[in-house]
Amino acid sequence: MEKILNWIDARFPLTALWESQWGKYIAPKNFNFWYYFGSLAAFVLVIQIVTGIFLTMNYKPDAAKAFESVEYIMRDVSWGWLIRYMHSTGASMFFVVVYLHMFRGLMYGSYRKPRELTWIFGCLIYLTLMGEAFFGYLLPWGQMSYWGAQVIVNLFSAVPVIGEDLGIWIRGDYTISDITLNRFFAFHVIAFPLVLLGLVMAHLMALHETGSNNPDGIEIKQQPHDPQTGLYLDGIYSHPYYTVKDLLGVVVFLAVFSSILFFVPDMGGYFLEANNFIPADPLKTPEHIAPVWYFTPYYAMLRAVPSMMDSQFWGVLVMGAAVMIFFALPWLDRGAVKSIRYRGTLYKVWLGLFVVSFLILGYLGVVPVTVWGQFPESWPLLGTADRATVISRVLTVVYFLFFLLMPWYTARDKTKPVPERVTG
Amino acid sequence: MMNKLAVLLGALLLTVAGVAGTAAASSGVDLRLEPAPVNRLDAESLQRGARTFVNYCLNCHTAKYMRYNRLTDLGLDIAMIEDNLMFATDKVGSTMTVAMTPKDAKTFFGAPPPDLTVEARVRGADWLYNYFLAFYQDDASTTGWNNIVFPNVGMPHVLWSQAGVNRLVSTEYKNHEEAQAAAIAVKGLVLVTPARDHKYRVDTLIADTPGTMTPTQYKGMVADLVNYLDYMSEPTKNKRINLGIIVLLYLGVLFVFVYWMKREYWKDVH
Repeated sequence: MEKILNWIDARFPLTALWESQWGKYIAPKNFNFWYYFGSLAAFVLVIQIVTGIFLTMNYKPDAAKAFESVEYIMRDVSWGWLIRYMHSTGASMFFVVVYLHMFRGLMYGSYRKPRELTWIFGCLIYLTLMGEAFFGYLLPWGQMSYWGAQVIVNLFSAVPVIGEDLGIWIRGDYTISDITLNRFFAFHVIAFPLVLLGLVMAHLMALHETGSNNPDGIEIKQQPHDPQTGLYLDGIYSHPYYTVKDLLGVVVFLAVFSSILFFVPDMGGYFLEANNFIPADPLKTPEHIAPVWYFTPYYAMLRAVPSMMDSQFWGVLVMGAAVMIFFALPWLDRGAVKSIRYRGTLYKVWLGLFVVSFLILGYLGVVPVTVWGQFPESWPLLGTADRATVISRVLTVVYFLFFLLMPWYTARDKTKPVPERVTG
Repeated sequence: MMNKLAVLLGALLLTVAGVAGTAAASSGVDLRLEPAPVNRLDAESLQRGARTFVNYCLNCHTAKYMRYNRLTDLGLDIAMIEDNLMFATDKVGSTMTVAMTPKDAKTFFGAPPPDLTVEARVRGADWLYNYFLAFYQDDASTTGWNNIVFPNVGMPHVLWSQAGVNRLVSTEYKNHEEAQAAAIAVKGLVLVTPARDHKYRVDTLIADTPGTMTPTQYKGMVADLVNYLDYMSEPTKNKRINLGIIVLLYLGVLFVFVYWMKREYWKDVH
């Protein structure tokens, strides 16, 4: 065995690669609950790729056959239903773990110097994942697939001057059609997964270069070495410690994942929408079109922005900005400390407001704008306006203020002193 | 710190859920459905439902992703399926299609009747159950029938001879509260809709002419049919749930071992 390894190592840095990326990677010893979601995201990625390969074997990217082929997978292909449910549940769970992973970054300041590139690669992964999910959602060719894609592509058509051509360029047609389905299939099964894999590698390599942050926001690399182990005082080897710990996370995650997959695969219409069991019909617009839950915060913002100068483009701009603003985070935060543990009240309040806005916007994006009724006519300014729209506007502003005011409130915040050693 | 955050996050989620709950109750139209008494494990009910389906539905509607031989799931053997349930084909591996072309169907009904294979996943069992109970005579419509659950539906009341004929009773109430109170008092299928002048209309049905079945017998027939439609929309449902229990039990055992392994390794981390 060792001989084979030596033979390989003389020709390819296998051992060196393993040791730098995981085997001898030194991580802080105080990772808590929130640190499971990175490895879980990687795990879900593997689930999606493997189940995706098997789905491709029976799926037909053809407007006349796509819906049928999905039902064929669900009914006639051996274990096809299991593979398909794993993939559909995996899509939503991917966003669940990624959102929790991102929230961890916000809480403990993981995006801050020297980890800016890790954060940027992560943001790019998030963007790519959104594209991947959007393209994939068209493939079952149900009503929601079709009309959801129609709505999203129309966003690009709202761009001034080039909009209409841009829409045609994306669809390859004047409307969502067989041509669109074919190219979305190509994007979903090869183009975006390749980009995603590359970005995930970059994300991990950047992380393993700088070393991991931790719930205390302490740089363990600045600590002296332990004379006995030769490691930083608060560092431990990833392997075997985090190997076995992340394995535990995987088992718990699988229990949650299986509970959804086997008992509520539709998740009450949030993971698989009822309307998507009706084949796509270009002549019949559904009464209520809503994107899948993971896009709804942005969709709510889009709807909240009024059309100005005869253009819906402002909404599109706001929605785009809401996603892109994450990139700027490392340079917006001027706090003296990284972790929420040592931040003052200001940051905690703003982070809380941000999370509340995101969740309520997410809910409002699922439901029709009339959901909360209208303000009474007697109200000045607001009279007869949809309550949900007005609240969405306020929350959109709060969402952006969390970022835009960050340089100010993080610099002013009364922080607590950061200890020398991690606190467990 | 972590506990506080967990509590905070839990509180947030509860708030959102609460907001969502109150919001759902405040929309204008309110359809009160009776829960469908279906049982996915009742093979006899499913067999009766399959019989009703092929006799009454499978003339205009297709179930083109459902194969006849799949009915063996319901405890039937191939000979029984071929002799009693197959009228449109002689191949037991065929899917449930009909002779009527979509073009003809459009001429007959205004729109082709939808394929029913996965209809139960679109509508839900409760909706379907109430739909079959919600037909009433309406001389204004082209088929002579209308439906509370699906207003102006193109489908005639196929099961009318068994169900009998219902008549619509509409009462207007001054406000939403009174209408709600009246709707709750009905204890059955009720539709509340906003009417003119801020009033609310409560629609309900009363029996006019009895059918060949008693109301209880008819409800039983509909329940069986809906049970079957629900099965057909996802034939693997029973297998899925049974497998899920085994998988969770396995993960439970695996958790104990992995947890124990993690604790062993982490003993020396201080």
